[in-house]
Amino acid sequence: MHEHDVLVIGGGGAGLRAAIAAHEEGADVAIVTKLHPVRSHTGAAEGGINAAIREGDDWELHAYDTMKGSDYLGDAPAIETLAQDSPEETVQLEHWGMPFSREDDGRVSQRPFGGLSFPRTTYAGAETGHHLLHVMYEQVVKRGIQVYDEWYVSNLAVTDHDDPDERECHGVVAYDIKTGAVEGFKARNGVILATGGTGQVYDHTTNAVANTGDGAAMAYRAGVPLEDMEFVQFHPTTLPSTGVLISEGVRGEGGILYNSEGERFMFEYGYANNAGELASRDVVSRAELTEVNSGRGVEDEYVYLDMRHLGEERITDRLENILHLARDFEGVDGLEEPMPVKPGQHYEMGGIETDENGETLIDGLYAAGECACVSVHGSNRLGGNALPELIVFGARAGRHAAGADLGEAEITKGKTAEIEEEDGLDTPVEPGAVPSGDDEAVADGGDDVAADGGAAVVEPDETVRRAVERERTRIEELMEKDEGVKHSDLRADLQQSMTENVNVFRNEEGLKQALEDIREVREAYQDVYVNDPSRTFNTDLIHTIETRNLIDLAEAITLGALARDEFRGAHWRQEHQERKDDEWLKHTMLSWNDGTPELWYKPVILDGEDKTYEPKERSY
Amino acid sequence: MSTQVPEEKEQTETEQEVNAETEAEITESASYGDQRRADRDAQRQQSVSGAPADIEGESFQLKVFRYDPEVEGKMEPRFDDFAIPKEKGMTVLDALIYARDRYDTTLTFRHSCRQAVCGSDALFINGRQRLGCQTQISDLEAPVRVEPLPHQDVVKDLVVDMEHFYDQMHAVEPFFQPEEDPDGDLEEYRQTRENREKIKMSTRCIWCGACMSSCNVAAGDNQYLGPAAINKAYRFAMDEREGENMKEHRLNVMDQEHGVWRCQTQFSCTNVCPKDIPLTEHIQELKREAVKQNLKFW
Ligand SMILES: Cc1cc2nc3c(=O)[nH]c(=O)nc-3n(C[C@H](O)[C@H](O)[C@H](O)COP(=O)(O)OP(=O)(O)OC[C@H]3O[C@@H](n4cnc5c(N)ncnc54)[C@H](O)[C@@H]3O)c2cc1C
Ligand code: SF4
Ligand code: FES
Repeated sequence: MHEHDVLVIGGGGAGLRAAIAAHEEGADVAIVTKLHPVRSHTGAAEGGINAAIREGDDWELHAYDTMKGSDYLGDAPAIETLAQDSPEETVQLEHWGMPFSREDDGRVSQRPFGGLSFPRTTYAGAETGHHLLHVMYEQVVKRGIQVYDEWYVSNLAVTDHDDPDERECHGVVAYDIKTGAVEGFKARNGVILATGGTGQVYDHTTNAVANTGDGAAMAYRAGVPLEDMEFVQFHPTTLPSTGVLISEGVRGEGGILYNSEGERFMFEYGYANNAGELASRDVVSRAELTEVNSGRGVEDEYVYLDMRHLGEERITDRLENILHLARDFEGVDGLEEPMPVKPGQHYEMGGIETDENGETLIDGLYAAGECACVSVHGSNRLGGNALPELIVFGARAGRHAAGADLGEAEITKGKTAEIEEEDGLDTPVEPGAVPSGDDEAVADGGDDVAADGGAAVVEPDETVRRAVERERTRIEELMEKDEGVKHSDLRADLQQSMTENVNVFRNEEGLKQALEDIREVREAYQDVYVNDPSRTFNTDLIHTIETRNLIDLAEAITLGALARDEFRGAHWRQEHQERKDDEWLKHTMLSWNDGTPELWYKPVILDGEDKTYEPKERSY
Repeated sequence: MSTQVPEEKEQTETEQEVNAETEAEITESASYGDQRRADRDAQRQQSVSGAPADIEGESFQLKVFRYDPEVEGKMEPRFDDFAIPKEKGMTVLDALIYARDRYDTTLTFRHSCRQAVCGSDALFINGRQRLGCQTQISDLEAPVRVEPLPHQDVVKDLVVDMEHFYDQMHAVEPFFQPEEDPDGDLEEYRQTRENREKIKMSTRCIWCGACMSSCNVAAGDNQYLGPAAINKAYRFAMDEREGENMKEHRLNVMDQEHGVWRCQTQFSCTNVCPKDIPLTEHIQELKREAVKQNLKFW
């Protein structure tokens, strides 16, 4: 058994920042990650980091923009913390050597971004995420922080109290991808989940193949609520064949969207008469899909983004990277032809419920980054706000886990007096675990936390040991089966249904269809088998375990979306075309209780340090 | 179409199973997932003109290196052939994923971002180091032959051991070491635009290992730091924020038997780098700087 004070799961931006912070606090910290840190998806971020570091700007403006952008579903204490901490955290990156773009006076540059009242997006070319990731990994190397790379964490070691509120997390179970060895990792102080996004729930996403929401799914099944999962951000300009992102910068520079009739549809059909192509992401995504659905799409699938008129000089000067992307990933020469684009899944605004210190409901378990929901993005994330979230809340989680006193959190966790139960959501199928009739069946990761199978609460070492036993059995069972269903088929079915039914446009019928499809996949998963008998680098096994996580997350997204009968931010409902503040200024919470998802709500906190954010119309 | 014929070996049991499954997939729907997919595809075909690509479309041959130290029948390295339907914009990585998901789920390779930033799918494709995700099938001649990076230990199929590469990267003190801090927490170091431009290309490295794999010198001398690590050192040595003393220290690290002087300017690293980093040029510049520095002491 490996043992450390603090274990960080994931080596992306949030994980690396958390590890550095815990180390600075004096903890013995280790990072366990299924990819080598520099392979994490943070490296794909292009645009930049929002931070109020200039004269004329201040954190209050940043907080205000973020609250408005969230369509009033963000929590003020989280948003204000983000805005207050991000200047120092961003400058810290510069002190670690990050090659930010520069002004003539040698200071770092900032640029305007959608929804911001000040040009506060700090950037390093169009590769901000790449530099952020590498700079932080360099600091990890400098500090000699131990990294277990290519170790897959397959479950948490949590005690077996009935009430999730009383449970404790003592570590994780992981296996060495290179050798197949399953081992326990004990954390004396805390485990920080920083496992990133859930893009693989959809078949068309800007996210990496590794973004399968493992951390969120594991925390959920261990008893931590998932928050606001229905709010999925779709980006309007992704390449149809791969989902690779074509930055908003193209439209920023004057790129034009056309339908198959050659019409500039954003104006022609009145989707956004003022802002046109530069309307917010949800508006443009909806416009594109409306065109396709009305028969004005190209090949019934996409529209054109044209930048040829900008001229070769301007394009190569400011959008060089886009030429490479279009060429390499779509085989299209952006100087000669318009680029095909369509909306794609981009960001999961919901996630593991945490407070401003990164703590979850379970003692000793933290979460930060895209897998977490401290609720800074609410129902709609502003571009440039995810990277500051990684460093701000990554650092806070790291410090807190290492024992620093960050003061009492204002955001509550779990069920408090203010919660509201969902009554009578009409689902077409029973959500949650499939009863197996066999208590010993663990191939799908088990439905309850119990590391000890329901016996008395146990000591940390024993909790980890028993969790390891369960995982060994689970993996053996998956490997032993000689025939059954392939995970790749199940994953494809799940992704396809989510894309068809729980996409930019949502309606009751589609959402119910998705729940039925998810159920079908969940049942079929009982027969999943791993074809590869090898213990060496068994990606077949990894993808099989990941697929189980995707099933739970797809269900959480869909249940939340079905229940929320209003239109807010990224969540559009055909039958409900208005934001219903009287009813819906609340977070969707989903708990996995003994294998059954339970839905409830907690109020949004609109009271900030010294002001209250009053909901206003979001106009385009 | 798509039968999978192991080239240099008789079929083992698992392969025959895979074959059977492959056939079934095309003729009739074998499993749950296939059935549903077939239904959906059929539905889709009604609205989209043309036949489904994987039934009538043109296909090409993908030859993939296979090896597993543990599995009977895969311990002897071999190539497997897959017939892959061609699609517009298809990359080598797409083809590998297709082969794996449709034909043989045991096919193993690293990949994640599929947009040339994570550096995990550097492969030897038609005799050259390239990123699978960045290489269009239409730019290659068939058959498309995919092998693991040369000069690295093969873990399984297309996966190589990257430890040595990481060790060399770590050996050059790959972290920023300025001499003094700016005053005040919110005060930045000043860096001129010119200086940032100078180091810009060197900061683009995604640690894919293609350069190291293409370098004859590195292949012959295990201690040679290699192009990627030297480029990393360049990135810091040329960063004005670190200061003169630190630069001297960095040049000393480079000015060693297994440092810059090993480079024989063959340009193979520069030719394969998927991020177009002028590696050889950077190494040459460090050589010149090292010479200048040595002259200073005379
Ligand atoms: C194309 C693109 C462009 C973007 N551009 C911007 C931008 O300009 N500005 C902005 O603010 N935001 C941007 N975002 C959003 C932002 O980049 C992401 O939200 C953020 O990088 C996520 O970081 P993370 O650390 O949470 O996760 P990741 O960087 O995804 O890291 C997750 C880590 O967890 C590990 N992991 C996962 N599961 C397991 C497991 N089971 N066991 C062990 N390890 C595991 C992985 O190996 C990885 O190291 C962009 C996103 C995308 C996709
Ligand atoms: S220098 Fe280029 S080829 Fe070498 S590791 Fe970096 S990106 Fe890859
Ligand atoms: S998959 Fe990331 S570089 Fe190719």
